[in-house]
Amino acid sequence: MNTAIASSPPRQPTDWSADAMQRRIRARYRAEKRFRFYGLFAVLLSAGFLAFLLVTMISSGARGFTQTQIALPVNFAASDIFLEPGQLEGDGRDQLLAQADFQGLARQSAITTYGEEGPGLLSNGAWVLLRDAVSADPSLLTRNETLWVPASTEVDFAARGDSGSRQSEARDVMILRYAELEASEQVRRTLSWNFLTLADSSDPTLVGIWGALKGSLLTMTITLLLAFPIGVLTAVYLEEYAPENRWTDIIEVSINNLAAVPSIIFGLLGLAVFINVFHLPRSAAIVGGLTLALMTMPVIVIAGRNAIKSVPPSIRDAALGIGASPVQVLTHHVLPLSLPGILTGTIIGMSRALGETAPLLLIGMRAFVATPPGGFTDPATVLPVQIFLWSDELDPGFVEKTSAAIIVLLLFLLAMNGIAIWLRNKYEQRW
Amino acid sequence: MNNVGDMMNDATDIQAEPRADTPAPTTDTLKMTARNVDVFYGAKQAIDNVSIDIGMENVTAFIGPSGCGKSTFLRCLNRMNDTIPIARVTGQIELDEHDIYDPSMDVVQLRARVGMVFQKPNPFPKSIFENVAYGPRIHGLATSKAELDEIVEKSLIRAGLFEEVKDRLNDSGTALSGGQQQRLCIARAIAVDPEVILMDEPCSALDPIATAKIEELINDLRGKYAIVIVTHNMQQAARVSQRTAFFHLGTLVEYGETSDLFTNPSQDRTKDYITGRYG
Repeated sequence: MNTAIASSPPRQPTDWSADAMQRRIRARYRAEKRFRFYGLFAVLLSAGFLAFLLVTMISSGARGFTQTQIALPVNFAASDIFLEPGQLEGDGRDQLLAQADFQGLARQSAITTYGEEGPGLLSNGAWVLLRDAVSADPSLLTRNETLWVPASTEVDFAARGDSGSRQSEARDVMILRYAELEASEQVRRTLSWNFLTLADSSDPTLVGIWGALKGSLLTMTITLLLAFPIGVLTAVYLEEYAPENRWTDIIEVSINNLAAVPSIIFGLLGLAVFINVFHLPRSAAIVGGLTLALMTMPVIVIAGRNAIKSVPPSIRDAALGIGASPVQVLTHHVLPLSLPGILTGTIIGMSRALGETAPLLLIGMRAFVATPPGGFTDPATVLPVQIFLWSDELDPGFVEKTSAAIIVLLLFLLAMNGIAIWLRNKYEQRW
Repeated sequence: MNNVGDMMNDATDIQAEPRADTPAPTTDTLKMTARNVDVFYGAKQAIDNVSIDIGMENVTAFIGPSGCGKSTFLRCLNRMNDTIPIARVTGQIELDEHDIYDPSMDVVQLRARVGMVFQKPNPFPKSIFENVAYGPRIHGLATSKAELDEIVEKSLIRAGLFEEVKDRLNDSGTALSGGQQQRLCIARAIAVDPEVILMDEPCSALDPIATAKIEELINDLRGKYAIVIVTHNMQQAARVSQRTAFFHLGTLVEYGETSDLFTNPSQDRTKDYITGRYG
C-alpha cells in the first residue's frame, strides 16, 4: 500500500476559484436560503391558522356576551299576583314567590304595551327576572315600574338584520318592528353578565356558562388534588427508591402505556369502577375529576421522572456529603430543582384534562344541568361538554353562545397555564 | 503570581529537595484505620485488600494512575459508596475505633463527622450564605440566627473566602468563579465541624492560581482536621501532604512519609510511576 501511495503522481493543488467550485458555493447558499424559507413558511402558516381561529371565535363569540333587552312596563300594584311587600319579610317568602303567577304578569304586561304579539317579543324566561326583581326589592309591588328584560330570539336576530332560519316574510316584519322599537327606545343591546352568571337552559337568550365553568373548576380541583401528589410521589418512588427488578419494569411500562391510552377508555373505566362498583353519583364533578385524574397521572409521572433524573448527581453528592438524609436530599434539593419540569408536565396533563369531552360523556356529565353545581357530588357538566351540547342545538341562537363558551374555555385554559408558568418561572433555578 | 512561580520551582526540584517544613508523621494520632478492605462493583473487584492508617495531624495524599481505585477507596471512608447499589465493601474501616460499617453507625452522622469535597465544585443553586448554612441547619448546630451567622462567617473565613464574598452573601453560589466555588464547598464542609475532610481531586477542574489557593488552604487547615486528598498530580501530593499512599490497579502499593516515598520509593512500581514511566 505504501509503495502505491508513494508512486502516485503528486496531488494537484485545489483550485478554489474554478467554475465547478463556484457553482457548488452558490448552490450551498441557495440551499441555506431555501431551508430558512421553509421554516419561516411553516411558522407563518401556523400563526395564520391560529389568527384565523381566534378572529373567527372572537367575532362570532363576542355577541354571546351581549343581550338584546326590551323595555317592559309592569304595573305591579294593579296586577293579580296579590302579594304585599310585608308578606315577603317572613320565612315563607320563597314559597310565596314561587306560587305567584309572574309568568301571567309578564304576559299581561307585554300585551298591554306591545299588543297581541307582545309576549312573542319577550324571552320565554323573562318572567324570572320579574320575580328576581321583586325578591330583591319588595317595595316594587306597590309601584308601576319599567324593567329591561331579555328579548326573544327573533328580536335578537332582527337586531342584527338576520332572522336565522325563519322565512323571509316574517323576517322582514320583525326587522321593521325592531326598527320601530329602536326608534322609540324600547329595545337596547347591552353587555350582560347573564352569560357569565347563569347555567344551561333550553332558551338561548337565557343560557349562561357559569354552570359549566363551575363544573370545570370543581372537576379540575379534584383532578389536580389527586393527580399531582400521586403522580409526583410515584415519580419519586420509581426514581429514588424502586429496586431494579422485573416488577419495577412492569410498572414503568404500564405507566408509559397508560399515558397513550385513548381517553374514552378512561371514561369506560370510570363508569365501571366509580359508578357501578363504588356507586358514586352519576354526572358529578367528583367522578369526572377521578376519571380525569387517572388520565392525567401518567403524564405527570413521566414528566416528573424526567425532571428528577435531570437533577445533576453532583447536587445529591453535595447534600449527602455533608450528612443530609435521603429524605432531606429529596425535599431540600431534588424536588425544588425538578419542580419546573414537574409543573410543565402538570400543565400539559391538566390542559388535556380540561379539554377532555369523551370520557365525561360516558360518566353522564352530558346531562342537562340548569343550576350551577353546589358541590363535588351535585350533577354538573364541564365547559367542553357544554360546548358540545350547544353545538348540537337546533335553535340558531345557540351558535353565538357556543362561540362565546369556546372563548371562556380558552380563557380558562390561558389562566390555568399562566398560573403554572408563573409558578415554574418562580422556582426555576440554574446550576 | 508568586504562587505560580513557587509551584513551578516545586515541580522541578521536588525529587531532589523535599519541603523542609514537613513534620515527622510519627508523632501523629490515629484517626481512621482501614483493614483488609475489598470493594466490588458487581463482580468486578475495584479495591483489593487495602489496609491504611489515617492520622489526625497530617494531610494524607492518595496518588496513582486513573482507575487505580483511589477515589473508590476514599468514598468508602464516609460510605458515599452506599449510594451505588451494586457496590459492596468488605473488611473493616474504623473512625475513632468504631466500625463505620457497623449497623449501629448512623450514616448521616458519619458523613457529618467525615466531610467531603468533590472533584467538580458543586455548590447548591442557592445563595452563598445558604450554601454554608445548610449543613449546620439540618444538623441543628445553631440555636439562633446570630449563632448561624457566626458559624457561616467563621467557616468562610477558614476557607479563605470571606473577604471576597462578605458583601454579597445573598448572591448565588453558582455565580462565583470555579476556585471560589471550590472554596465555598470547603467552607460548606467545614461548617458542620467535621473531624475528617476527604477531598476527591479538589483541584482538577481549577486553573493554577485557584489550585495554589486551595493548596494554601489545605496547608492552613492541617492539624484542625484530618485531611485525605486524592490527586493524580504528584507535585500537588508532594506540596500539600505529609504522607502519601500510592495505589495501583486496586491495591495499595506503598504508603509512607511523602518525602521518603518521592525520594526513595521502596517499590519498583512506585518508582516507575513517580518518574513518569506510566500513569
